[in-house]
Amino acid sequence: MFQWFHRFGSAPYLYRLAGRLAPWLGGLCLLSLVAGLYLGLVVAPADYEQGDSYRIIYIHVPAAWMSMFVYVVMATSSAVFLIWRLKMADVVALASAPIGAAFTAVALITGSFWGKPMWGTWWIWDARLTSELLLLFLYLGYLALRGALETPQSAARAAAILAVVGVVNIPIIHYSVEWWNTLHQPATITKLDKPSMHISMLRPLLLMVLAFQLLYFYNLMIRTRTLILEKEGRARWVAELAGGERD
Amino acid sequence: MPGGWPNLPEGSVTSLLEFFAMGGYAFYVWTSYALTAVLLVGIVGWSARQLKSTQQRTFRRARQPRGKS
Amino acid sequence: MTPKRRQRLLLVGLMLGGVSVAVALGVNAFRQNIMLFHSPTDVVAGAVQPGQPFRVGGMVVEGSVSRSNEDLAVKFELTDHGETIPVSFVGILPDLFREGQGIVAMGALNDSGTFSATEVLAKHDENYMPPEVAEALEKAGKMPGTAATFGSKTVMQP
Repeated sequence: MFQWFHRFGSAPYLYRLAGRLAPWLGGLCLLSLVAGLYLGLVVAPADYEQGDSYRIIYIHVPAAWMSMFVYVVMATSSAVFLIWRLKMADVVALASAPIGAAFTAVALITGSFWGKPMWGTWWIWDARLTSELLLLFLYLGYLALRGALETPQSAARAAAILAVVGVVNIPIIHYSVEWWNTLHQPATITKLDKPSMHISMLRPLLLMVLAFQLLYFYNLMIRTRTLILEKEGRARWVAELAGGERD
Repeated sequence: MPGGWPNLPEGSVTSLLEFFAMGGYAFYVWTSYALTAVLLVGIVGWSARQLKSTQQRTFRRARQPRGKS
Repeated sequence: MTPKRRQRLLLVGLMLGGVSVAVALGVNAFRQNIMLFHSPTDVVAGAVQPGQPFRVGGMVVEGSVSRSNEDLAVKFELTDHGETIPVSFVGILPDLFREGQGIVAMGALNDSGTFSATEVLAKHDENYMPPEVAEALEKAGKMPGTAATFGSKTVMQP
């Protein structure tokens, strides 16, 4: 376990691994995205109650799921950074923040464009919507803290603490529709139950979840490489890399 | 479609129009998809450009002999 | 694990635990405010004074909707399968509004005990299926209803 830990903690190893994985992740993402969009927008039938407006689910649910998934990755690597002072864990957390914020924004925007025709309102301060908005502010707060403090080290530590503490919001988002009265409906796909969605509509949804997941990992690889180079620009392995192959 | 596109099967233009109409929810569905595309394609493109420029800058500096940077 | 790291692990754990407890206490104290709406049972039990604005949520009773011929006025009954209250509203209803559908309405009770709504929002459930499947389920009497959404979550009396 610790050997594995240290291998990932090594900058040149992570830089090369990310470079090797990125094209595969990007290609697979594109494939599942095309298949998911085709099945979801063209093949899947309209919903018996919501008509074609329900097709927003194919971006809304994957984005909302990723907004929480990315946050958990960010909080976990921030905790590893705080405890073991592993620089690469901090790099992963920082690389995740912008894409997590983008997924959160997508979830909020698409939810709004779905809520207007179906519920009759763009926005309502119910527990689900409010806690998801708080998640966006956590991401933005994390990014703001990185730039606000004087030394990068203290900024990294302060932001990591915010990320770890903010993880409390994740179960609140998830269970908000069960704990409180909300306008938002409960989850369609849960681990324990049979999904309450017809298979012809569910298949594209699962494909889109996969596509968004791959999009995150693809983007994470690219952003991790950038941050590693910025951090380790003067290291010997970078000079060796620059002397030989360009990549 | 008299004199139209002979290769298209019967009714395909209507079904294409139907597809874009989204059962009357075209505005909400297509705006959602468009904004999502802008945000996600935007962050992917931004990250790729950032990596490229960082690589160029770092490697150029790293190729220079030590002490002269 | 070095003692230093163990200490940091403990610190991170304590921090997370402390914040969790604080949030849990806060959320519990404001439980009533986080609830988006009251149920008809609450309203009948006198949880809200007449004239005081609040939200009520429930199912539109089948066959209870009556529309005015002159304007956008509409009257219907709202139930949580326990109690039922009459609701009146003037305005445009969301696309999903129909009998048997869950809704959340903003407004206040008038002196006669009718809920006079200023805004009506539709609440949809988590079930998605093609129309043909819905029809078949309906015929077989196996339609998953929205009833559970409202029945299981009646707001506690303060």
